[in-house]
Amino acid sequence: MNIVVCVKHVPDAQSDRTFDAADNTTEREAVDGLLSELDEYAVEEALKIKEAAGDDTTVTILTMGPAKAADAVKKSLQMGADAGVHVSDDALAGSDSIATSLVLAKAVEKIGGVDLVLTGMASTDGTMSVVPAMLAERLGLPQVTFASELTLDGSTVTIRRDGDVATEVVRASLPAVVSVTDQINEPRYPSFKGIMAAKKKPVQTFSLADLGVDASEVGLDAAWTKVTQITQRPPRQQGLVVTDDGNGGAVLAQFLTMQKFV
Amino acid sequence: MSEVLVLVDHVDGQVRKTTSELLTLARRLGEPSAVFLGPGFDAAKETLAAYGAQKVYRVENPDVDDYLVVPVVDVLAALVEQAAPAAVLVSSSAHGKEIAARLAVRTGSGLITDAVDIRAGGSGVETTQSVFAGGYTVEATVTRGTPIVTVKPNSCAPEQAPGAAADEVVDVTVSDAAKTAQITERREKQKSGRPELSEAAIVVSGGRGTNGDFSPVEAFADALGAAVGASRAAVDAGWYPHTSQVGQTGKQVSPQLYVACGISGAIQHRAGMQTSKTIVAVNKDEEAPIFELVDFGVVGDLFTVLPQATQAVEAGKG
Ligand SMILES: Cc1cc2nc3c(=O)[nH]c(=O)nc-3n(C[C@H](O)[C@H](O)[C@H](O)COP(=O)(O)OP(=O)(O)OC[C@H]3O[C@@H](n4cnc5c(N)ncnc54)[C@H](O)[C@@H]3O)c2cc1C
Ligand SMILES: Nc1ncnc2c1ncn2[C@@H]1O[C@H](COP(=O)(O)O)[C@@H](O)[C@H]1O
Repeated sequence: MNIVVCVKHVPDAQSDRTFDAADNTTEREAVDGLLSELDEYAVEEALKIKEAAGDDTTVTILTMGPAKAADAVKKSLQMGADAGVHVSDDALAGSDSIATSLVLAKAVEKIGGVDLVLTGMASTDGTMSVVPAMLAERLGLPQVTFASELTLDGSTVTIRRDGDVATEVVRASLPAVVSVTDQINEPRYPSFKGIMAAKKKPVQTFSLADLGVDASEVGLDAAWTKVTQITQRPPRQQGLVVTDDGNGGAVLAQFLTMQKFV
Repeated sequence: MSEVLVLVDHVDGQVRKTTSELLTLARRLGEPSAVFLGPGFDAAKETLAAYGAQKVYRVENPDVDDYLVVPVVDVLAALVEQAAPAAVLVSSSAHGKEIAARLAVRTGSGLITDAVDIRAGGSGVETTQSVFAGGYTVEATVTRGTPIVTVKPNSCAPEQAPGAAADEVVDVTVSDAAKTAQITERREKQKSGRPELSEAAIVVSGGRGTNGDFSPVEAFADALGAAVGASRAAVDAGWYPHTSQVGQTGKQVSPQLYVACGISGAIQHRAGMQTSKTIVAVNKDEEAPIFELVDFGVVGDLFTVLPQATQAVEAGKG
């Protein structure tokens, strides 16, 4: 079986994330980046499927992003994936989710013979949770999203999806696009052996031309939405913090009454 | 005036508050037309009319409930073509965002997710979003196709305005391609009797500091008529259901009042509650990062502070 896992390289949420002043896009150069934590769950799930299959199942990591995004592929290979594909092209800067899904779909088609596309539930920078659905739409594959449990049985994939009003069981035939939540597993840390082995694993780099995507379809200028203004929120003024001296609960109730919540 | 399509969020005709909010916002852009799928229209009609829906497109095709996401996209795509609306508004749940995402690709339209405000501007539909855990406010517009916008719950106060809610049955055949991800089982969530987390005006949440005992958190929530939330640490420990998790990988809430009890305030938790209007915390550790956000905080043990506060609130209501 051929599994492709889509992973994103994102600015570290612990650092000061910001925007590029010139074009209002997310600043990706000056800020430390890493493999999006939520994509580690997708990598882990792929590795579990491979281990359970015990056959020649391959796990290919796919990312689209600037040169630094290679780090996200590297980390996934260290965890145990077999190969990497990095789509990188200057024209991609500022791409929105519509363009991202186009490029990822073309890359999945180019990789070819893919049975399962796994993704995270959201990227930790954009947190849109839209790329997996768009990818399914573009590839014409079943969309099986927000899996907090996944079972494969021959060519059938079944997931548990915890929705707002109900928990659903969703079933589809492979090939399919499946996104996984952070409830599904516990991602492993790369072992020393894994780190050494990753150095020899193949990573291919594709340009837009390799994928047959025209530069006019991607990047900031092709985005179907436009950011007109960005304002940093003034930091919240810290309010009153009192230490409980036996009366803390009563004082809290007083505050809520004053604010008309009671 | 152009139509504005609003996808109705409902359970068997019980229209959710988010839909009243969307109808209220839609009136700023044009004439709201509700899109109602599934059973229960008779129960829903009154609410849709009260919040200004002039038209209601009804689809009763059962396929809509048996397959994931795509049948709804088929319906909306057909209506976008037919009605050429000024915008399509969907509520910002995980499900809503996926519908919007596919609709955008299908109709060649720009997509804006998690808007907290929307208005008609010089360059068409203008939106406001809150990004990077509430650190920045972003204004945006759609430059191509039909603006498709998902709006976060509690983004506006629903305002009534009478509408005709004239219903028009739409006969949409759901494509075979839409039937590839089948919902084979559905277990309804148990109702807690408390308000729905993402819609509630007040949320009281508990974290690892509860040590597994949520009773003081629940009692305080009930005194305030609030929904109960939880941190991921509390959910992972099995103390509270995952559907109650607030944060990056749980629900994003923006109530009038958020009370964090025994929660440290990790960035992933903040991502789900930072846009709350008033924030209150009870935590034993005065260094806990949650205190950086609060309008009011009590450094103390939640097992003594909350019961006392609950009692005082109940006495005050007297
Ligand atoms: C990919 C990813 C996604 C995540 N998504 C989420 C998410 O959606 N939501 C989320 O919440 N977290 C999320 N997290 C986890 C997050 O990083 C924190 O680990 C989590 O929020 C901590 O929960 P907590 O505040 O309850 O626990 P802790 O950080 O352990 O804090 C407990 C607090 O309780 C206080 N306390 C202890 N006893 C008492 C007492 N008797 N009275 C008063 N105070 C007391 C302590 O002083 C402490 O501040 C995510 C993490 C990752 C990696
Ligand atoms: N640039 C990218 N490269 C590879 N995968 C991506 C990229 N952007 C998003 N994804 C995948 O899509 C998922 C959801 O992303 P998003 O819709 O941006 O929240 C992520 O968890 C990734 O698996």
